[in-house]
Amino acid sequence: MTTLRLAELNAAYAAAIDQDRLEAWPDFFTDDCLYKVTSADNERAGMQAGIVYADSRAMLRDRITALRTANIYERQAYRHIIGLPLIGAQSDGFVEAETPFIIARITRNARTDLFATGVYRDRVVERGGALRFQERIVVCDSNHFDTLLAIPL
Amino acid sequence: MPEAPAGLDSTVHAPWSDDITRVPYWVYRDAALAKAEQQRIFEGPVWNFLCLESEIPEPGDWRATQVGQMPVVAARDADGSIAAFENRCAHRGALICLDNAGKGARDFQCVYHAWRYDLRGNLASVAFQRGVNGKGGMPDSFRLSDYGPRKLRTTTLFGLVFATLRDDTPDIETFVGDEVLAQMRRIVDGRHVEIIGRFVEVLPNNWKMYAENVRDSYHASLLHLFFATFKINRLSQGGGLIVSPNGGCSVSSTIAPETADDISYSGLRSANDDYQLEDRGLIDVVDEHPDRIRQQIITVFPNFAMQKTQNAMALRFFVPDGIDRTRLEWIYFGYTDDTEEMRKRRLRHLNLGGPAGFVSMEDGCIGNFVERGIATAEDDHSIVAMGGSGIETQQTRATEAAVRGFWSLWRKLVAL
Repeated sequence: MTTLRLAELNAAYAAAIDQDRLEAWPDFFTDDCLYKVTSADNERAGMQAGIVYADSRAMLRDRITALRTANIYERQAYRHIIGLPLIGAQSDGFVEAETPFIIARITRNARTDLFATGVYRDRVVERGGALRFQERIVVCDSNHFDTLLAIPL
Repeated sequence: MPEAPAGLDSTVHAPWSDDITRVPYWVYRDAALAKAEQQRIFEGPVWNFLCLESEIPEPGDWRATQVGQMPVVAARDADGSIAAFENRCAHRGALICLDNAGKGARDFQCVYHAWRYDLRGNLASVAFQRGVNGKGGMPDSFRLSDYGPRKLRTTTLFGLVFATLRDDTPDIETFVGDEVLAQMRRIVDGRHVEIIGRFVEVLPNNWKMYAENVRDSYHASLLHLFFATFKINRLSQGGGLIVSPNGGCSVSSTIAPETADDISYSGLRSANDDYQLEDRGLIDVVDEHPDRIRQQIITVFPNFAMQKTQNAMALRFFVPDGIDRTRLEWIYFGYTDDTEEMRKRRLRHLNLGGPAGFVSMEDGCIGNFVERGIATAEDDHSIVAMGGSGIETQQTRATEAAVRGFWSLWRKLVAL
């Protein structure tokens, strides 16, 4: 797997979220995935919990259904800027990568705010010719979250 | 009885009558109140949550936190006791401890001029107190023991550390009352608690709106679709609301649903039978206590809450950060002897809470909806009359008794 293929995966991931095609978001993951949003402080301290913790693709789909039909929150959108993946361990079946991101949030009737920065710690596998996240740990640099985190990072 | 805070005369605001079922909106918006709240609430006869005992297990372990807006350090002393002192050097006022926490400190030294403090916050030495070569230094009359940051009195309750600035604060068991104490015991007594996550949420609203929200058992199943749809918390389920004798502390409990066909929520947005989860892992509950209580929110005046929702457990404490911002800290926890399966369940159930929680994200925005709604309504008031006008324990959660209880103690302490 090449850096370019991972970059393309991230570009498609960002576009799905930023263009409000959230129903496509779970498809970037494997069925048995782990998606977790945490912070550098929590990661350093070895904390298990995330503010989002989904250990199946079905849970990711549930989160999107909830955002669409269940939850009350102010209308908002993101702009992801995702850097180049730094490739770590890899073998035939998988590649691990660490990729920096910046996410701006645009809330109804408000300006664009810098919402989150951090790195994605990924384990990516190939399924049916396409790359999928088996694990995506979103490690935010700051432990402070401006109320509220609705759309996935 | 202290006098009403300065700067808050009735020519500016409509007076607040004795009627506790009406809360004037200016109390969330008047910056002059913030100083009075710091002095009379947070530094008043209350117990402020500092940390867990297990976070500072050994002598020299410490943690920095806040009592209202006052920076405070909690430290484990050599004799095993827990001390707390204002994080402010007696010399020029700089922070003494600059990190969030530390381990194994022998003492604390201010970075500015190296004034040194022991683990209880007592001033232990002053750099060059006698000057250099007989010149300079502090006056001979200067006594270390005359100076130091303000000290707090600490107490512990089920592994939680609380502190007060006042000598006349009743002991914490009296402060929270027997009924609330019994429910805190249910969750944490006799269990070794392990912190599994810690996050800060910045809320764009006055801190008292959040203090009301955690006590407001009426809103839970109406604002939060997850609670009503999945019958985690409906007003029609069993349970009730406990309010402590001082009004400031409370417990709302919800018992598992008795029947499948509850029609009392028909037509309400929050009960949506069409909404189904694909992964039931979010709501597969294992009862861990002899009762059938599935959701419980415990509050301790002024700014602490402990909750167990299904199998997810969290502590919350929140401090003002200006008149219209609140810093809310979430501490997620489990028990040290959790099985791997139970720990996974807690991690999944925690998706209901926190800044991204299916339930809690809505509490994270509702305060700001109120802030914006009341922008020009400072002399109008909200209505807090569900369940009567009292602050007594009730067998229903269709009541705002705990919100009234908060205001009753708040008014007594602020003298408004």
